[in-house]
Amino acid sequence: MANLSKSSRRARSRGDVVLRSLVATAAIGIVALLLVLGAELVNNSGLSLTTYGLGFLTGTVWDPVHLVFGALPFIYGTLLTSGLALLIGLPISLGVAIFLSEKARNRRGMGSLLGALVELLAAVPSVIYGLWGLFFLVPVMKNYVEPPLHSYMGFLPIFGTTPIGTDFLTAGVILAIMIIPTVTAVSRDILNAVPNSQREAMYSLGATDWEVTRKAVLPYARSGIFGATILGLGRAVGETMAVTMVIGNAPSISASLLSEGYTLTSLIVNQFNETTSSLYASAMVEIGLILFALALAINFFARVLVWRMTRGARFRI
Amino acid sequence: MGYQTQEGDEVSARPAAEYSAKIETRGLKASFGSNMVLKGIDLRIPANRITAVMGPSGCGKTTFIRCLNRLHELTPGASVEGVALLDGEDIYGKDVDPVSVRRRIGMVFQKPNPFPTMSILDNAVAGLTLNGVKDKRTLRQAAERSLRGAYLWDEVRDKLGNSGASLSGGQQQRLCIARALAVEPEVLLMDEPCSALDPTATAKIEELITTLKNEYTIVLVTHNMQQASRVADYTAFFYLGKLIEFDETARLFENPRQELTERYITGKFG
Repeated sequence: MANLSKSSRRARSRGDVVLRSLVATAAIGIVALLLVLGAELVNNSGLSLTTYGLGFLTGTVWDPVHLVFGALPFIYGTLLTSGLALLIGLPISLGVAIFLSEKARNRRGMGSLLGALVELLAAVPSVIYGLWGLFFLVPVMKNYVEPPLHSYMGFLPIFGTTPIGTDFLTAGVILAIMIIPTVTAVSRDILNAVPNSQREAMYSLGATDWEVTRKAVLPYARSGIFGATILGLGRAVGETMAVTMVIGNAPSISASLLSEGYTLTSLIVNQFNETTSSLYASAMVEIGLILFALALAINFFARVLVWRMTRGARFRI
Repeated sequence: MGYQTQEGDEVSARPAAEYSAKIETRGLKASFGSNMVLKGIDLRIPANRITAVMGPSGCGKTTFIRCLNRLHELTPGASVEGVALLDGEDIYGKDVDPVSVRRRIGMVFQKPNPFPTMSILDNAVAGLTLNGVKDKRTLRQAAERSLRGAYLWDEVRDKLGNSGASLSGGQQQRLCIARALAVEPEVLLMDEPCSALDPTATAKIEELITTLKNEYTIVLVTHNMQQASRVADYTAFFYLGKLIEFDETARLFENPRQELTERYITGKFG
């Protein structure tokens, strides 16, 4: 009896060792990859880092001919378009997610069909969104959306310039459309994971459907929805092709959403093949480093926020 | 009124003493899709008494009380037929808003389900804030009253701002009872409120239930016969979606009229 259990335990523990070393290697590998990536970026941008120092981050002029490089317009463009994307995309995503999880509950067929369609949107390659943006969205924005914004609300700095179609606002809209499927799908799963007992608790107190959603479901899911938002923000920050095609690609720091702009990703994709000197190339890599750091910083702060929000609560999603 | 038992003989399940019914059901049927789990329940639930609904798993006892506050219909595919009256008024009437039914008939669930993102205080008065009460002092007083009513006040008075989820299981369940009491319902439905709790917490909740019957009509679902005999004034025995027997608790346990009831309470099945 004792022998039997001993040997079977040994057999099991051999499997444990193999499994543990496999997963540990994978886990360490991912971390190592991240470190190597960061180190490579720092290494290859060394020339630019030592030449321009912090001035690279605050400079507003990008002139490859005279080797004057300032990244601020691109950082501004990335943050602005991503922010716009969240502002436009999050309410829509949440609305669709709430519809799918709360309202389509009794109509399984419709819910899953709509859900599948939303997820299908996430599978469309981003260059397709870019083409659609260029040939459809840009003219629509230029002719029908932006002129009224400019003429009726032009007194606001954000609509202060003449509409051109290829601008921050259009980039924000296309990014919003691109993050909606991801944010919606993740939020819907989060909302579906809210235990029914929470809904029933609210119903049993005499709550209406809307009150159940607002007071029981959304608060319970808030940290998860926040996570979904950050996922969307990450996609918006890193998105390249579609934005490049509709933003106008002119570095500017304008308060007006109707003016042309440029993002970090667009700059890399547009100019990397044209780097004529090692300093220019190094500056391009530093743009990549900034993008890398930005993405990490967003995720880091998101985690801190989620942690602070859920501290003390015993539940987790 | 007569009842068909599954043996087919007509018996009177009406208890000897007359009483006024707070809730009355006639031919109440409930289904999930094509699966009928309640097969026509006729039951008069006495006002200001504790009525236990007991029976083996799957007998429909939980579905029965979920029909009384119209929670059953929220499950996809669920349907209800028959009549359920609250003070003679049809709960399933055409113009009746389920929301108003649920404000008069509170519920405590099997597993404690406080709102984890709300403080203890906000949990206790969640139903009142739903009704639009905003005044901080009113809410605070109502919270104290209902927490005292649920014998929880002394344990939480110094930490009303903590999360409702930070309490122990038994405390959470009493918080849920306080939450249900705060809206001052007329009827309190309790769905196996002690099944997730240890004996000490169970004893506390049972003691609490017996003090509540002066003000509330209580329907207590339990699969625990000892619990039914300890706290309930009346007991209904359900089996396979049918009401087999309903009587004063003492009589039902000492002198059951149905063979099925007798076999259940003597532990021959269940």
